[in-house]
Amino acid sequence: MRSTRRLVAASAGTVALALALTSCASGGGDTAGETLDPDADLSKQSLTVSIWSDYYPEDLAEQFEQATGVKTTIVNHTTNEDIVAKLTASADSGIDVAFMSGQYAQALGEQGLLAKLDKSLIPNEENLYPEATELAYDEGNVYSEPYAWGTTGLCYRPDLTGFAPTSWNDLLNPKPELEGKTTMLSTDRWLAMPALKAAGYSVNTTDDAELDEAKAQLLKTKPTLLAYDDTTFYSKLVSGEAAMVEAWDGWCNYGIAENPDIEFVVPDEGADLWVDTMTVLNSSKNKEAAMAFVNYILDPEVQTWVAENILYKVPNQQAMEALDPALVEQYPTLGISVDDLMKQEAIVDLGDDTTKYVDLNAEVLATN
Amino acid sequence: MTSTLDRAAPAARAPRVRRGLAPVPFLAPGMFFLIVFMAIPVGLLAFYSFFKRGRFGGVVFEFTLDNWVKLFEPLYLGVIGQSIVVAFVVTVLALLLGYPMAYAIAGLSPKWRTVALVAIVLPFWTNFLIRTYAWILLLNNAGWVNQWLQGLGIIDDPIAMLYTPQAIVVGLLYMYLPLMVLPLYASLQQLDPSLREAATNLGATPWRTFRTVTLPLSLPGALTGCIFVFVPAMSNFVIPELIGGGKTIMVGNLVRDQFFEARDWPFGATLALVLTILLVVVIVVQSAVSRRLTEGSRRG
Repeated sequence: MRSTRRLVAASAGTVALALALTSCASGGGDTAGETLDPDADLSKQSLTVSIWSDYYPEDLAEQFEQATGVKTTIVNHTTNEDIVAKLTASADSGIDVAFMSGQYAQALGEQGLLAKLDKSLIPNEENLYPEATELAYDEGNVYSEPYAWGTTGLCYRPDLTGFAPTSWNDLLNPKPELEGKTTMLSTDRWLAMPALKAAGYSVNTTDDAELDEAKAQLLKTKPTLLAYDDTTFYSKLVSGEAAMVEAWDGWCNYGIAENPDIEFVVPDEGADLWVDTMTVLNSSKNKEAAMAFVNYILDPEVQTWVAENILYKVPNQQAMEALDPALVEQYPTLGISVDDLMKQEAIVDLGDDTTKYVDLNAEVLATN
Repeated sequence: MTSTLDRAAPAARAPRVRRGLAPVPFLAPGMFFLIVFMAIPVGLLAFYSFFKRGRFGGVVFEFTLDNWVKLFEPLYLGVIGQSIVVAFVVTVLALLLGYPMAYAIAGLSPKWRTVALVAIVLPFWTNFLIRTYAWILLLNNAGWVNQWLQGLGIIDDPIAMLYTPQAIVVGLLYMYLPLMVLPLYASLQQLDPSLREAATNLGATPWRTFRTVTLPLSLPGALTGCIFVFVPAMSNFVIPELIGGGKTIMVGNLVRDQFFEARDWPFGATLALVLTILLVVVIVVQSAVSRRLTEGSRRG
């Protein structure tokens, strides 16, 4: 998942709010029973797509326009929270296709904000790994198609740690010589995840006793950390400030790009499986074009570009098989097999229990 | 004073009333701005703070006092208290550092004064995020300062200067020191030199002149500077995150996280409202004290 670029988000927040407020509200009705016209003239439709910044080919809009004739505007959001706020602020945000992580697609789907995908218009779905259509947050890809996926683990410099970590406890209860040389993610569900996994619990647990245990561990870990860092942890490894950091696999690659000695490992206790997905809004007036866009993205060529340039794994079998082996050798996280990825636990939406994680984060971060 | 007015003939008071109304057209734009950009938003915060959160942000209009109850949990009170302490320490340090600076600048020749003032304001021409990252490059364990110190053989192991509560204070101090210096300089600049001369002529030592003449007369400027530093320092959230490493959070981070992470608008509104009220109280106290000081100095 793209990191919450909090600082950018902070400044973009006002803009986001302004956008949300100015988006014309014109009641997107429930279109569950809507049948789409496979022969619709796409050139008469236009599309607004919201996607994480720096997460797609720069000329994607032009490419898609050339391929289909759909006039396409791409807007950016910085975080899942950001896009969800925009989509829920009014009945029609003016956005046709929105990218968001799986658990958010699940929640918005349940709320009736997302259109059911018309599979007859998305033949490229067959390029996906079979596993990528059976993910816990949206079985059968009813509301969402996966764009990129990955897991979370330890990104580290063997020359500084002196050993290869194998457990979340290497981070949570570090050796004395590693104290002050580790960082953890502090956003959303990733703060609690290592502590939950180390204790053998689910990343989706809502059990108060388990969460309390995780919180106690995290408070114990806090004094040993250099910092909580969701955005520049890989730079801290490169500079040698940190020896080991909790990192999303794709982001560890940004460190490897600058220092080939950096390594990534998913600890033995396992981690989460995160999926960044594409969804079509129910309020969209251009659903045929929106489906065509989703289909276009699932084209192996487009997804190969994503893997090669963003350095994230994509759930597209054809694209992954087409990857240059040298690239996979350089960035081993790209080589994590689907089987290994499936051993990780998919993050799902927790409904009202989400606040338990919000409170846990607040308490861990605010306690000195 | 008022009693004599009360007994005055109505005719005599009439012109006064008209004079009292005269500023209204001039006040209107400012008042309009304040109402639209301050009163209404703060009213909205107050309104939202009594409702439930929507699952995806927004507000569900079911009345509740939960947000106010939550505010008084030790955790949140602690963060607010800690923010006050940090902002206070930063303000005191800024005053101690800023006063000599302002005093020195006020004593320069006009040409050098301009140079000095430009130097004070210069950092504001760069985006503050960039300046914050510059601090990180300088101070981190692998940063320039540690490299120099190690290179010169002064230290063997790098000194951890970042990601501590002290680092937050230093970062905020750097960020807001100019806001202390400028009002102080202005008030010192306006001091009538003949007052200091008089004190000297009457046999006061330089220190006593400073203590009895300069310092009291520059207090309003110092108070203004304190407000200029305290208010933004109290609500800053970028410095605690970048320079404090996210390990110490301030009320600004809490507010931001309620809106961006937790999607809990009502509680975010409650926190923001309390922060606003706190700062308004500080400003009201400051202006009351300031008024007493200036009236006192005029009478004296």
